[in-house]
Amino acid sequence: MAYSEKVLDHYENPRNVGSFGKEEEGVATGMVGAPACGDVMKLQIKVGKDGVIEDAKFKTYGCGSAIASSSLVTEWVKGKTLDQALDIKNTQIAEELALPPVKIHCSILAEDAIKAAVADYKKKHEA
Amino acid sequence: MSIDLTQDYFALFGLPRRYALDEGALEAAWHELQGRVHPDRHAHLSDFEKRRSMQWATRVNEGFRVLRKPLARAQYLLELAGVDAALETNTAMSAEFLMEQMEWREAVEEAREAAEVSELEDLHRRLLGHAREVRGHLAAQLDEHQDYEAAADTVRRLMFIDKLQQEIDEALLALEN
Repeated sequence: MAYSEKVLDHYENPRNVGSFGKEEEGVATGMVGAPACGDVMKLQIKVGKDGVIEDAKFKTYGCGSAIASSSLVTEWVKGKTLDQALDIKNTQIAEELALPPVKIHCSILAEDAIKAAVADYKKKHEA
Repeated sequence: MSIDLTQDYFALFGLPRRYALDEGALEAAWHELQGRVHPDRHAHLSDFEKRRSMQWATRVNEGFRVLRKPLARAQYLLELAGVDAALETNTAMSAEFLMEQMEWREAVEEAREAAEVSELEDLHRRLLGHAREVRGHLAAQLDEHQDYEAAADTVRRLMFIDKLQQEIDEALLALEN
């Protein structure tokens, strides 16, 4: 399969790979997986006191498109409020990376990872 | 000889509709059916009959392909029960399971980078044991309890385990060369 240039760029120079320390304040984690291809994605967000996402990190085991999708969303969520982050749709990710139809599920995975991370944050902070 | 194209694959091969399967019986039924529908046996027939025989042969081979692999067979049983395993869209596996998967993947990656063949072989062994256990659950869910929703979740888990096994095999292969 031929990857688009943007996918290759994120794949070869992934942004924001890694994890935050367990004790860091405002950190929430979203874990998702795609059974069809066995991809596993962990997306972490670090939310400031003003409710804005200051930083994001990811770790993804999967194909180039899954890695690129998660790398891209870590860039996109920075500076957004939680609600703005939830507005990111998989179609935008797929369009930005020019994903072919068979790789659309990678963008769905990335969208769901954001949702899972935000849900984790809300669970921790609104309870 | 004719084949009912509306029959499900289990009926086609004369096997009980179950996950637990007699592989020898499947293979024997496949050879027998293949012999009966093979297009070469119908070379003297009309184009219509040849086409039909081709269609039957395709159906028989596709059925064999689906039934012989445990995971494909389980997915097919879910399909027959009208349960969508949502392999493309269901991303919400239990966090605990995904965390475990992440740890497996990290262990494989580390062993691969450090070229630790014995560590990879150990992971391979442990994963095989784990997969056997999970397939045991699947057999009970499908054949004993007919709990298809639970079985769908187990099928999704096995997809990850399959992928992991592939990763380990590839890592071992890469280190051997």
